Amino acid sequence: MSSAQFEILLIASFVAVACALPGVFLVLRRMAMMSDAISHTVLLGIVIAFFITKSLTSPLLLIGAALMGVLTVSLVELLNRTQLVREDAAIGLVFPAIFSIAVILISRFAGNVHIDTDAVLLGELAFAPFNRVKLFGLDFGPEALYITGGILLLNIIFIAAFYKELKLATFDAALAAALGFSPILIHYALMTSVSLTAVGAFDAVGSVLVVAFMIAPPAAAYLLTDRLSRMLIYSALIGIFSAVSGYWLAYLLDASIAGSMATMTGASFLLSYLLAPERGLLAQARRRQNQRIEFALTMLTMHIANHTAAHEAEIENEVVHLNEHLKWTPQFAMEVVGIADRMGLVQQREGLLTLTESGLKRANQEFSN
Amino acid sequence: MDISQLFYDLFFDYTLRTVALGSAILGIVSGALGSFAVLRKQSLLGDAISHAALPGIVLAFLLTRSREPVILMLGALIAGWLATLFMLNVVNTTRIKNDSALGLVLSVFFGFGLMLLTFTQKLPDATQAGLDKFLFGQAATLLQSDVVTMGIISVIALALLMAFWKEFKLITFDPEYAASLGFPVRFLDVLLTTLLVVAIVIGLQTVGVVLMSAMIVAPAAAARQWTDKLSLMVILGGLFGALSGVSGTLISGSMERLPTGPVIVLCVSVIVLFSMLFATNRGLVWNWFRNLQNRRQLRAQAVLADLSTLAMQHPDEERGHSSAVLRAMSPNPDGVSLALKRLEEQGYARELSKDSWALTQSGQDEAGKEKKEAE
Repeated sequence: MSSAQFEILLIASFVAVACALPGVFLVLRRMAMMSDAISHTVLLGIVIAFFITKSLTSPLLLIGAALMGVLTVSLVELLNRTQLVREDAAIGLVFPAIFSIAVILISRFAGNVHIDTDAVLLGELAFAPFNRVKLFGLDFGPEALYITGGILLLNIIFIAAFYKELKLATFDAALAAALGFSPILIHYALMTSVSLTAVGAFDAVGSVLVVAFMIAPPAAAYLLTDRLSRMLIYSALIGIFSAVSGYWLAYLLDASIAGSMATMTGASFLLSYLLAPERGLLAQARRRQNQRIEFALTMLTMHIANHTAAHEAEIENEVVHLNEHLKWTPQFAMEVVGIADRMGLVQQREGLLTLTESGLKRANQEFSN
Repeated sequence: MDISQLFYDLFFDYTLRTVALGSAILGIVSGALGSFAVLRKQSLLGDAISHAALPGIVLAFLLTRSREPVILMLGALIAGWLATLFMLNVVNTTRIKNDSALGLVLSVFFGFGLMLLTFTQKLPDATQAGLDKFLFGQAATLLQSDVVTMGIISVIALALLMAFWKEFKLITFDPEYAASLGFPVRFLDVLLTTLLVVAIVIGLQTVGVVLMSAMIVAPAAAARQWTDKLSLMVILGGLFGALSGVSGTLISGSMERLPTGPVIVLCVSVIVLFSMLFATNRGLVWNWFRNLQNRRQLRAQAVLADLSTLAMQHPDEERGHSSAVLRAMSPNPDGVSLALKRLEEQGYARELSKDSWALTQSGQDEAGKEKKEAE
């Protein structure tokens, strides 16, 4: 691995964690699509700040973009408060309009400058190591490393400092308000963090990847744990895994790094969706299957207990007849009887079923319910 | 370029005519189907689907090596459809909410498409030039044959919309009731969503992935402000969509380096803003004006009651009362003169001499009526 590759991986991991942390709260607060809106509208902030400063490296660009992110949020809320459109429609109205203004400004006045929409939307991580910080003739590493690292640090400080407030405002906004924490203040602080992260990150990786890193790892972590602190840690780890594996996927296919990383966040989510120990699809299927068998066993013991009289037992308690009495397929009947036999609930004698002691107990318990 | 020249070109310039026609078709379909999406709280579904279509387009190309719009659209359709199903499944089987599912599908599908696209571009027999126009949309590259394809698909989509009008209306407003009546709600749901995907896929080439979501939401949101009737909303949505499509094309055609897609989106945004401000009944300005009228009417009624009280206290003579007295009686003295003028206009009060007001006969009747109502 060359040092450029290492730098890219480091930048990508910084971005992944920086995005995942506020992303957790977006997912929990049901505002995931706000990240999509903000990651598009910050472009206008960058363009306007660029026209003012005439420079692509000025820190004003970051500030302008962050302000535009907050403005987007306020506009959405303003539209929402008129009650003329729903919140999702408000988001869908605001960000394309702002994004359009930015695209028009770029193509009319900045056609010959290096901010084109492709680079912003899709990002070009591969070029990140070329833009280096040099002081006194010494090389201090790529600029993107410092920007993304700084934003990561800011996010960590923000969440660590306001962890309790964020948690409360997220899970019980009414209680937070009653206790005197302003949910609105926390909302805007979080949105500022999302905006800053979007700007700092999309310079390196493009706005689509920002959305992928903000939503997919937290969504995957949401299926793995019920604790907020663990969800934050898992999201960060899943983000780093997606970034690193995505980079090598891109390397292998000679394809877009941002696209491959987004793909890997999706793959991580899919894994979690399928295999999460309690909430995954497989766990759900297994639980359903277990419940089915448990229910069938109880049915079987009750059925036999109901028909222990000798003359009935002849016809009712034969294994081959279960399918017509309990409406089971012969296959399922055999399976259930087999399990019941192994568990010591029933005994089979010449195709005739009788209850054991524990089988009778189970049936009686159910009857008394 | 002056306006008349522009309109001349609209009919006789090949490129401009083609692009305008394409944008108009796109506007009609997305406005009409977007109305359902907005009412069904699926405004952002368009955003997700349009992003999700990208891998479908690239895969369709990779598999067939053809750049026929129909084949690419089919790929987009399948991908958009799969994305929708995936979202529904995630929301139904986990505690992940709709918004996260949308963001997830949007970014992951799009990233996957991007990966495929860059992978394809580096293949040796790269005849794929033009695939990336779906990213940002290049209306100027529309061909007449593209527009014909768009037209045919749109007619089919709109015909289906009309054929299932009653059913779609029912599942939009009351899906439980529709299910209880025995309508195949799931099938209808899928059909309506498929039509939405079709509308989105049609628009990708014109306005691109990012801005397509605006074409779904904005015309419908504007139309919603003007009417409470679904049929009218769908027609208005289509109209607004077509209007912004054509005007956006004209404006971007009138100047150098003005990309069509963003201009169309800005046009439709202006329509939304105008509708939210000035629409009858719901618009903000309309509402403000109506509130003002209501306040004035209430104030006039209060002054009417005061005048009637004064008249009862002086039953002997036909005399007027100065506005100073009324002002003293009113909780809002500044509004009294305006209220008196209003009462005079309505024929309930008259000015006997300068600043001396009395009720007319109909004013007395009205005051009595209101008193009775109040009791």
